Amino acid sequence: MAAIAASARSAPGDQPIMVEGPIRAFAIATAFWGVVGFLVGVVIALQLAFPLLNLDLEWTSFGRLRPVHTSAVIFAFGGNALFLTSLFIVQRTCRARLFGGDDMGWFLFWGYQFVIVMAALGYVLGITQGKEYAEPEWYVDLWLTVVWVFYLIAFGGTIIRREEPHIYVANWFFLAFIITVALLHIGNNISIPVGLGSSHSYSAPAGVQGAMIQWWYGHNAVGFFLTAGFLGMMYYLIPKQADRPVYSYRLSIVHFWTLIFLYIWAGPHHLHYTALPDWAQTLGMVFSVMLWMPSWGGMINGLMTLSGAWDKLRTNPALRFSVAAVGFYGMSTFEGPVMSIKAVNGLSHYTDWTIGHVHSGAMGWVGFITFGALYYLFPVLWKKKGIWSERLISWHFWVATLGIVFYITAMWVSGIMQGLMWRAYDELGFLQYSFVETVEAMHPYYVIRALGGVLYLTGGLIMAFNLWKTVTDGEAAEPAPRLVPAHAVAAE
Amino acid sequence: MPTKIEKDSLSGQNTTGHEWDGLKELNTPLPKWWLWTFYACIAFSLVWVVIYPALPIPGATGTSGWIAREAVVRDVQQAEARMAPMMSRIRAATPQQIAADPELRAFAMAGGRGAFANNCASCHGAGGQGALGGFPSLADDEWIWGGSLDAIHHTITHGIRANESDDQRQSMMPRFLADGVLTRAQVNDAAEHVLSLTNRATDQAAAGRGAALFTENCASCHGEKGEGNRDVGAPRLSDQVWLYGADKASIVHSISFARGGVMPSWGKRLDPAIINMLTVYVHSLGGGE
Repeated sequence: MAAIAASARSAPGDQPIMVEGPIRAFAIATAFWGVVGFLVGVVIALQLAFPLLNLDLEWTSFGRLRPVHTSAVIFAFGGNALFLTSLFIVQRTCRARLFGGDDMGWFLFWGYQFVIVMAALGYVLGITQGKEYAEPEWYVDLWLTVVWVFYLIAFGGTIIRREEPHIYVANWFFLAFIITVALLHIGNNISIPVGLGSSHSYSAPAGVQGAMIQWWYGHNAVGFFLTAGFLGMMYYLIPKQADRPVYSYRLSIVHFWTLIFLYIWAGPHHLHYTALPDWAQTLGMVFSVMLWMPSWGGMINGLMTLSGAWDKLRTNPALRFSVAAVGFYGMSTFEGPVMSIKAVNGLSHYTDWTIGHVHSGAMGWVGFITFGALYYLFPVLWKKKGIWSERLISWHFWVATLGIVFYITAMWVSGIMQGLMWRAYDELGFLQYSFVETVEAMHPYYVIRALGGVLYLTGGLIMAFNLWKTVTDGEAAEPAPRLVPAHAVAAE
Repeated sequence: MPTKIEKDSLSGQNTTGHEWDGLKELNTPLPKWWLWTFYACIAFSLVWVVIYPALPIPGATGTSGWIAREAVVRDVQQAEARMAPMMSRIRAATPQQIAADPELRAFAMAGGRGAFANNCASCHGAGGQGALGGFPSLADDEWIWGGSLDAIHHTITHGIRANESDDQRQSMMPRFLADGVLTRAQVNDAAEHVLSLTNRATDQAAAGRGAALFTENCASCHGEKGEGNRDVGAPRLSDQVWLYGADKASIVHSISFARGGVMPSWGKRLDPAIINMLTVYVHSLGGGE
């Protein structure tokens, strides 16, 4: 134990060899886009409950704002969080400066922000491919491809020039995320512009082939963007904050390879009971079922790393976010395989249950692990002793947790009720309910869901305020020892 | 740094001997329950793949022989078979016979309710209350084309001005201003006269001038006193029910540019039995004659 505790020398502090400017920018962008994404989410949740709020304007209609919300939370908030943590962690755990240096970092930062703004402008103006989570048109897709290739070069280059003999587990996950997202993005966006100078395009694959490619993309956007990438984050944050070694190296190997091998085949479960051939639906389902334990490997490694350090949850509210995130991760990665089973899917598909499932993962896992990362990284990046107010972190935690509970329980009830109403027959053999009656029945749950969103947004605003105060008013950290050269560490 | 395996005093496990930024890893074996649950999921999947179709070969099924398309056809056939006896009785009966027979009527009301909600309610409202802008209420005794079972059946089957059936309800009000039949001043006078039918005229002199214009241009369809004529679908103008608004501006617009709603010919879309059920259901909403 004493030997392990010797890790104190890498405590938050001065690391002169690191590229930090762009990483600070990514940290600010993460918090900013998070608040924007939550706000648009609240707006569209209210629009579903009170359609008047569409304002009778095309630019503010649900159909256009919904992709603004999903892209803002997944790609703007989540994406910036991934750039932030991957570029920070890869430099720390490789003891190497970012490949390409500050210029590369700033190019990635501004290049990616440009993608976000161009995509959102397109949505509001009605420029969309109509592919869920891949709405941006060809010109944004091409630019994102350029940014992403440089991201791979920067990340891979840093790993290649590492000073450590081995590659830390977090970096396996980040690398798998970067490479697979590149494949998915290119694969799902092959299209031909309608004409020279047209912002619109035709998708190369059509019909059920197009649908299959779309959900191969869509599901692995969840699997590699929102799962693998954020597991990388988890593998750094939890052992770091708990000051304990990772529970099991062997588990990390086995669950890493099984996760990335199995995830890529699970997409067809989004197309159960459609024109997709039966064999593909069957395979989508069984790969999803087999995915359960590989997903839980990450949860086990996260939670068990805390054994011997559970008391830190009381004193470190940021760690509480990371740990609750892993709990939500375990819950949604169990719910997912259950929902992929065809009999369950027959009830759950096209209902709010799916929306609830996505949000327990998005708000609970992706959101919370990112909040934990921001609370950990802001003091490190701005060389502060700690977060300005730990009390406010606690407030954020409980307000956001309550918001999630409202959100997902409302969607469970609403979704299961909706599914049951759709399939209810009366004693004469007629459908019991018309579609509009099911919509009417869901109204109270839409209001509760919007309330959950308001709470989650409130938490986000508390966080933004707290982080801002940390930067402006936080107590400066004592200068930390400079990074110890490799040979000196070896001799220790 | 070189490998330096240490023993973690808390768990008793060894580390792997590597360190990154102060992070280390224990070499704990895989949890047994995790491994066996993983194996169980794989076993479940293998069994499933044998039972259900899992090969990209046309016609290949699993040992169960289950095919999604066949299962849907079977389910639909079962549901239809269950209702077939009643449906064929409904199909063979006239709306009058259905309305008179308690058993048929109960069936028709249940089926009509759902069919109405899915096909009619978007224009006529969930309770048939109608909506401003040319969507007539079906729940009052004001009928444009008639509220008897036969009239309702005809309207539903053939539609109104949709050009989908030779027997559709057809009539078209002239565009008095747009086509140069009346001047702007004459339209105003005619509108005042129409308002005077319900004692709402704002300019008695104009209403007086409009009387002659009304007789000449409007009375042939709407009747001398604006009482309406169902034969040509001319709405009554001497009551409080207005499809496009009761104020003067709306009436001026109607005279100037004409109005005429459209309803599809449902005979082309729905089973005759469902049309029979809709007829009985609509007749029951409050205005049936």
